[in-house]
Amino acid sequence: MNKIFNINSALTIFIKDFRSELRTRYALNALIMFVITTLAIILFAVANETPSIEISAGILWIVIFFSAMSGMARTFVSEEERGTVMTLHLIAKPSTIFFGKLLFNLILLFLMNIFTVVLYIILIPSFIVQNASIFILTVVLGTIGLSAASTIIAAIIAKSNTKGTLYPVLSFPILLPLLMIVIKSTKSALEGVEFAKAMGDFQVMIAYFVVITAVSYLLFDYVWKD
Amino acid sequence: MDIKLEIHNIKKIFNGRKVFSDINFQLENKSALAITGRNGSGKSTLVKILAGLLSPTNGRVDFYLNGKSIDVQNRYQYFGFVAPYLQLYDEFTAIENLELFGRIRGIEVDKDNIDFLLKRVNLYERKDSYVREFSSGMKQRLKYASALLHKPPLLILDEPRSNLDSEGISVVYQIIQEQKQSGCLVVATNDSDDIQFCNQEIDLNQFRNRTK
Repeated sequence: MNKIFNINSALTIFIKDFRSELRTRYALNALIMFVITTLAIILFAVANETPSIEISAGILWIVIFFSAMSGMARTFVSEEERGTVMTLHLIAKPSTIFFGKLLFNLILLFLMNIFTVVLYIILIPSFIVQNASIFILTVVLGTIGLSAASTIIAAIIAKSNTKGTLYPVLSFPILLPLLMIVIKSTKSALEGVEFAKAMGDFQVMIAYFVVITAVSYLLFDYVWKD
Repeated sequence: MDIKLEIHNIKKIFNGRKVFSDINFQLENKSALAITGRNGSGKSTLVKILAGLLSPTNGRVDFYLNGKSIDVQNRYQYFGFVAPYLQLYDEFTAIENLELFGRIRGIEVDKDNIDFLLKRVNLYERKDSYVREFSSGMKQRLKYASALLHKPPLLILDEPRSNLDSEGISVVYQIIQEQKQSGCLVVATNDSDDIQFCNQEIDLNQFRNRTK
């Protein structure tokens, strides 16, 4: 029986992208600069005021969403722009390529989110996490869901002529359910609610990841080929 | 390894324009097919369809290995493909490109085989140079090394002499001769020197299929 994808090959695609990123800085610089400038603008806008818990939680995920939009598309767009899509197509199964790219986006987004959250906690004094376990799990599951959705959307927009603008526009409706639930869950972490009360939110986040990944796996061959 | 490539009623339409239709042929072990035709006749489109890079509008491509049909998603393991429009990773060295291609293909990376292929295409001295420093001819040679890395039973060449000097062309002709002995070959070209190596020819201008 054929395997769904080759794990070693997917890992090699991840390593290739990681080494390529370190050498070219296609996505990394864009992500870091976006996070820093956005947080600086928020600091100026907030000034001496203390934003409410709802607004603090919302702003954090707005920064994460738009930062992801500035860098996540690069995994496929850079292959398309350099013309290496065809080469990749000739050496691996589409599903292997998808899971390799998903792993790269996941790690990149994790690193970016750790950086963003740490900066956010330092710079926004009113952002005080009362329940750390809810907050950590929200960031972890939110990152996984965000990377799964942004990977397949990146593959779709890489084929279009208006890559830059299309990415956030197409991502927004797909990511909206996830964004709503992670903002709600972050608010719960800031309010210090019990862990058990947030379980429903985590189940929704896990279900979102499973559905998006399954649909992406089924669709990727069509997206990738022509 | 017994291989067979069967093309059934292939038709391709691009943006409402018919490129070709009703293309049928069959290719078996130790044979070579030349695909000829004027510019824009669809030579590159046809080889991309054979390699699984493009889907035909109608028709199908069947590939058999030892009598067993191979699914289109797994054919990459048995095909080698060289074309001027194929790109390598500029930010990696020649040897890194070959190692990556081998690992992504899922084959065991044999250093001796990589060294042998790099020597064969006269790039061994530049194995640690970044591909971005290569000329177009050197890149074309490296594409041959990457296409032969997994010893494919079917080798597909689009404009095989593109960007190559006389020394490079003679290496390519040696590769073509050896491929004919060990498997199958498809060449998209208009060059009579390339066509002479092939025992079948399909002329896309006339959509006819003849055997020499």
